[in-house]
Amino acid sequence: MTDPIDLTAVEAAAALRRGDLDARELFAAYRARAAADDTNSFTWLADGAPESVPGAETVLAGLPIAVKDLFCIEGVPTASCSNLLRGYRPPYTATAIERLQGAGATVLGKTNQDEFAMGSSNENSAFGAVRNPWDRTRVPGGSSGGSAAAVAAGLAPAAIGTDTGGSVRQPAALCGVVGLKPTYGTVSRYGMIAFASSLDQAGPIGRTVADTALLLQQMVGAGGQAGSATVDPRDATSIGWQGADALGIPSADRLDGVRIGVPTELLADGVEPGVRAAFDASLRHAEALGATVTEVTLPHARHALAAYYVIAPAEASSNLSRFDGVRYGNRVQAQGDGLVDLYTKTRHDGFGPEVKRRIMLGTFALSSGYYDAYYGRAQQVRTKIVEDYRAAFEDVDLIATPTSPSVAWELGALTDDPVAMYAQDVMTLPVSLAGIPAISIPAGLADGLPVGLQLAGPAFSEPRILDAAHALEQAIGFDGSAPRATVTASGEQAR
Amino acid sequence: MIDRATVLHVAALARLELHEDEVEPMARELSAVLEHVETIGELDLDGVPPTAHVLAAESRLRPDEPRASLPRETALAQAPDASDDGFRVPSPQA
Amino acid sequence: MSEVAYEPVIGLEIHVQLATRTKMFCPCELSFGEPPNTRTCPVCLGLPGTLPVVNQEAVRLGLMIGIAFGGELASRSVFHRKNYFYPDLPKGYQISQFDLPLVSGGRLGDVELERVHLEEDAAKLNHAGASGGIGGSTSSVVDFNRGGTPLAEIVTRPDIRSAEQASAWLRLLRETLRQLGVSDVNMEEGSLRCDANVSIRPVGETTLGTKTELKNMNSFRFIEQGINAEVARQTRILQSGGQVEQETLNFDPRTGAITSLRSKEAAHDYRYFPEPDLPPLRVPSDLLEAAQAAVPELPLERAERFRAELGLHEESARLLAFRRDLGDYYEAVVAAAPADLDRQQLANWVGNDLVRRLAAGAGEDGADEDAGTDPAQSKVEPAALAELVALVQARTITRKAGEQVLDALVAEGGSPQAIVEREGLAAIGGGDELRGIVEAALDANPDVVEKLRTGNMKPIGVIVGHVMRETKGRADGGEVTKLAREILGL
Repeated sequence: MTDPIDLTAVEAAAALRRGDLDARELFAAYRARAAADDTNSFTWLADGAPESVPGAETVLAGLPIAVKDLFCIEGVPTASCSNLLRGYRPPYTATAIERLQGAGATVLGKTNQDEFAMGSSNENSAFGAVRNPWDRTRVPGGSSGGSAAAVAAGLAPAAIGTDTGGSVRQPAALCGVVGLKPTYGTVSRYGMIAFASSLDQAGPIGRTVADTALLLQQMVGAGGQAGSATVDPRDATSIGWQGADALGIPSADRLDGVRIGVPTELLADGVEPGVRAAFDASLRHAEALGATVTEVTLPHARHALAAYYVIAPAEASSNLSRFDGVRYGNRVQAQGDGLVDLYTKTRHDGFGPEVKRRIMLGTFALSSGYYDAYYGRAQQVRTKIVEDYRAAFEDVDLIATPTSPSVAWELGALTDDPVAMYAQDVMTLPVSLAGIPAISIPAGLADGLPVGLQLAGPAFSEPRILDAAHALEQAIGFDGSAPRATVTASGEQAR
Repeated sequence: MIDRATVLHVAALARLELHEDEVEPMARELSAVLEHVETIGELDLDGVPPTAHVLAAESRLRPDEPRASLPRETALAQAPDASDDGFRVPSPQA
Repeated sequence: MSEVAYEPVIGLEIHVQLATRTKMFCPCELSFGEPPNTRTCPVCLGLPGTLPVVNQEAVRLGLMIGIAFGGELASRSVFHRKNYFYPDLPKGYQISQFDLPLVSGGRLGDVELERVHLEEDAAKLNHAGASGGIGGSTSSVVDFNRGGTPLAEIVTRPDIRSAEQASAWLRLLRETLRQLGVSDVNMEEGSLRCDANVSIRPVGETTLGTKTELKNMNSFRFIEQGINAEVARQTRILQSGGQVEQETLNFDPRTGAITSLRSKEAAHDYRYFPEPDLPPLRVPSDLLEAAQAAVPELPLERAERFRAELGLHEESARLLAFRRDLGDYYEAVVAAAPADLDRQQLANWVGNDLVRRLAAGAGEDGADEDAGTDPAQSKVEPAALAELVALVQARTITRKAGEQVLDALVAEGGSPQAIVEREGLAAIGGGDELRGIVEAALDANPDVVEKLRTGNMKPIGVIVGHVMRETKGRADGGEVTKLAREILGL
């Protein structure tokens, strides 16, 4: 029998349901691997499988999953990787996690991330940087770096991340795994510690396209008695998605009749040659499977970066105002300090440099006299980007780009240059601003490091995206295993 | 283009303390980002409506039905400085 | 220094706690004096990851206010975030409507309205004095029970010209809201709170002067006192050649002092922006219909109907219409009365005689001056009161005796006719019985008779009083005078 660690999430869940695999044993195997992790992917690990392991009647039947730190889980340390919240244990559980648990998933641990999801390299974490399993001197991408690295390193069968401007797709690309950002509103945001409310969306990270589909079904609440995705009454922006019925486990192996568009603006410059080569090769695979590939234009896509770095920090500056050291979190206060000292010291010591930078940026963009020039204009640009996609999807079914213009870079290489760091999100940001779904799948290697292919579609086109991604995944035949550590029965690590 | 005074004003609005050695780097980094952001100044956006919510067109309302509140111990459990029945802060009038 | 006459220009901002069961954005029950921090949940504590969802009942009540004022109801209104730090504000921002409120315009009485919008209330900060927490400093304790209570903020145009007008209009507003059933409108408990924007300008001038915002006025009396004090302060400033500064002020009703609330830190910059957690509010048509159906006849309309249809004086009409319980009771009395019974007389008996007796019985209740005086809760049946007034109008009993009957009705209820019989209160008719008593009275007061004969009718009261004593108030004063004149041949 194969090592259960080698099973995909879909295979493992099926074996658990059949009773061929014991949920406690699977949990223990992953927990031992995670405990010996040298990528710093986890911030917290569950002691063991829950007392009552979910039964075979559930879809996930005890499948362990890793969860990004910013998801609130009752009684479980949840800090969004900020010193300000270190030690915080929420009294309630996020809807997306509640749904996964309801479908039989067990939480293996919380994963490392950029503080409050602000970052593209997972270096902005109060719990330290995450290392890329493909090369431990390199970043895993961010902000869901721990989730992507854990899946790539075989520390968890699958993980949950969040994507605000590319935070699921980009680390998935840099770690050689699959990451899906669903249509904004299809997965409840209730219980996700907010970064930028109008952009944040939870998404699954898995070894295969099918694995992400399996988790997405449960996160949107599909497959229940209702037959379609259920709205979360606690999130006014969550959408009742009737089409979720069509969200099966993808099995397509052809792309006949599928029209794929390649946006000229985004490929104009800045893409590394190795990334470009892998991307072009995946387009040839698509054509070989029957797809047509044409150029499309997204005239405002190159302004997405500017719009995003106004809108997201503006919302963040307000969302992070609640961290004031009054009701929760770590207070910093000296003898005789007044109220304002309490606020400013707590926030000075609690927030890391990138978070402070974005709070400052957002506060400035919303402040009197600057609102129209910055926030107001950025929202207008957002309108233009939405319109660009709408027009493009008149002509094509999917839009393909590399997920990231580069492969994983050396730790520390970009930390002193925020603008260069932000530019790493250039392919993923326009999709986020438009609220549409997109997936990143491994397209191959460049210099021995994974390259991601991003496929985006119109709102609620997840079934089509998953089918196309699955067909391409089979054709590309990427060997999903990062150089993997082996763990002995005692939990000792050998390489 | 973001000067020291602006940095200090914005930091005060955001209730962020900046130590003396943090002010100049902050001014420089914000200026660099804003310089890039200002590329959207080139666009002709007259009459373009702003997008605040990308997909959900209207708010869903909640029925006026009560749910149990948290026990007080739970509400206060995470407070850095809880009194017997509330969250203690330095008096704003002090 | 020239003596310029100034006129005050006043606008009001009223915060009304809406009478919902749950809070504005979460399903916690509203708090009525529960122990601190027992009506909270992750949402109203502003815990990380929580989101607001709008209470539909708050929207319905807000719409009812808009309908009552004849304002324009927005088909699409938007919630914004108003950002500032304060311990009573758990998220670091208040969710409030800003440039697209639920209701625009409208009017109540002689004051036009700017807008009505929805928002959430702040929590309560209890000042604790010296604490053991941080050595030596004073501390406060936050109670989040009130945090998130739904509020409607009603903003008037600057149409008010005196403190007295402000307080009278606010009474009308309170009664209108009470009759709408949208709020408890209790000023002392804070369910109705009023801030005033006050400026002054030389009489005849049309541009507005610099205004100040006066806060913390939690009774009608304090509103009058506060506005008058602020108008006097501004007048002194202008008359001495100074300039009024735009600022927020606090009125201390104990000392009458006005002090600035300007914070020591950076000036406020609320950084309003559309609340990304709440898509725009489109009012569902069934909710709008429910709001329309729930708006009753309101005080001003009812007063107008009392005047036009029942012929009441303006003052009586307002007295009865501005209290729903009185208006309802009065209409029940009218319904029970024969068609020829004078409506104004009925109004006088309800609005003056009965209410005065009920108020005396209820005693002083600081929280609500009208408490305990609902006639429907008394022992006086509407039909009994109608019967009583009919007896007086038919002169079967005198008004004086009627008041005695009313005392008995208030005390024990029952039928006026039975009380009249039991107490022997029937009027002494115009016949010989009364003539004899009047004659006796004249005989007993020769000095008065002398004056009457000279044409000085002033001392006739002595005679009337004498007769009243003799008849225990069953005689009609007018009849006594008439008989006295006859007997004396005047």
